[in-house]
Amino acid sequence: MNEAIKDLLYRMADDELIIGHRNSEWTGLGPILEEDIAFSSIAQDQIGHAVANYTLLNEHFGEPVPDVIAFSRNEKEFRCSQFVELPIGDYAFSLMRHFLFDHAESLRYARLSDSSFAPLAALAKKIKGELKYHTLHADLWVKKLGMGTEESHARMQTALNEAFPYALGIFEPSKYEEELVAEKIAIGETALQTEWLDVISPLLQRANLTLPKLPIKERVYGGRQGYHTEYLQPLLDEMTEVYRLDPAATW
Amino acid sequence: MVNLSTPSAASNDRAVFDAPRNDSNHKAFSVLETVMDPEIPTLSVMDLGMITNVAVSDNTVSVRFLPTFVACPATSYIRNNIEEALHHAGFKSVQVDLETEMNWTSARISELGRKKLEAFGLGAPVAIDGVLDFAQIEHVACPHCGSTNTELRSMFGSTLCRSIHYCNDCKQGFERFKPL
Repeated sequence: MNEAIKDLLYRMADDELIIGHRNSEWTGLGPILEEDIAFSSIAQDQIGHAVANYTLLNEHFGEPVPDVIAFSRNEKEFRCSQFVELPIGDYAFSLMRHFLFDHAESLRYARLSDSSFAPLAALAKKIKGELKYHTLHADLWVKKLGMGTEESHARMQTALNEAFPYALGIFEPSKYEEELVAEKIAIGETALQTEWLDVISPLLQRANLTLPKLPIKERVYGGRQGYHTEYLQPLLDEMTEVYRLDPAATW
Repeated sequence: MVNLSTPSAASNDRAVFDAPRNDSNHKAFSVLETVMDPEIPTLSVMDLGMITNVAVSDNTVSVRFLPTFVACPATSYIRNNIEEALHHAGFKSVQVDLETEMNWTSARISELGRKKLEAFGLGAPVAIDGVLDFAQIEHVACPHCGSTNTELRSMFGSTLCRSIHYCNDCKQGFERFKPL
C-alpha cells in the first residue's frame, strides 16, 4: 500500500512542480500585466502544492526533504505527465493547458478530500478551495478568447487540438491503480477522466470550441512510467542550476 | 475610522475563535496579538485566525499555528516571529506546531480583523462556506467609498491572498483579501 500512495504523491507533485516551473516562465512576459501576475501566482500555488505533497512523502514515507526530492532526481525518476513538460508555446497554448490541467487538478483534489489516507484528505480539502481561483480564471479567458475574434478563436482551437492528446496523459493509470481504488485512497484515473470530460465539454462548447475526436491510441502516455519528452531534461537543468552549485547551502 | 490602537479589544471580538482564553494563557495571547502579518502589517496572527490553540504551563508555551494559503511564502517567517516574540516575552520554552487538523478559511478572520483590513485599504472577504462562485468576486464593496459599482480586474493580485478590483464611483483601484 505504501508504494501505491508514494507513486500517487509523486505523480501529483511532479506534475505540479513542472507545470509550476513552466507557468513561471510567463513572469515578465505576460500579454497584459494582469495575466503576467496571474500566471506567476498560479505558478506559485502549483509549486507550493508540490512542496506540500513532497512534504507528505518526507513525513509519512521516509523520502528525502522536499528540496532534495525536487532538485536531485534525474529525468527518469520523474513521474509527471508529458503534458506539463511541453514548452509554454504561445499564450493560447499556455492558457489551454492551464484550463485542461487545473480542471483535472480541481476534480482530483475534490475526490481526494474523501481519501482513506487521512493526511492527503486534509491537504486536499485545503487545496481544492484554492484551485477554484485557477479554474475560474481559466474559464473566463477560454470563453473570452474562444468567443473573441476570428483569430483568437482559431488560435484557441489550434491550442486545444495540440494539447488534448497530451492532456489525456494526465490520466495514465499506474500499476497501482486497482490497489488505490480498492483501498479507497483515490477514485482511479479512468473515473477521474470521465468526470473531467463531463466538466470541460460544456465549458468548451460555451466558448465555441470543439473537443477533437481522438482515436484512443493517440493519447500520449509514458510520463507516469518515467518516459519523457525531449523538453524535460533541459527544464530540469535550468531549474536545478543554482541548487547544484552547492546542494548543502542554507538559504 | 476604527480604533486600532488597543490590541486587547481583539479578544472580545472573535466569532470564529477556537482556543479558550484563561488566566494561564492570557499573557501568551497578548503576545500573539503583537505578531503581525508581514504582508498586511496592521493585522496580527490573532486577527487573521491563524492560532488554533495556546497551552501554557510554567514557563513553557505551545502554540498551534494555521497557515492561510498552502503556498504562502511568509509561513515560516511568521512562525519564526511567533517563536521570537514569545521568547522575548519571557517564555523559556516555546513550541510552535503547524495545525493540520483543520483548514484555514477567510471566515476565520475576526470582525476586528475585517475592519483593520478595510482601514488598510483592502476589501474584506465574504464568508463563502467553501463554495466560491464568480458572483462573489465580481462586484465587491470598495474599501474607500463603500460602493459596489466595482469590477474585477484580476483574480490574482500582488500577493497570493489578494485580487485586484476597480471602483467606478471613486475611480480608484483596490485590492481585496480573497475569500477562501
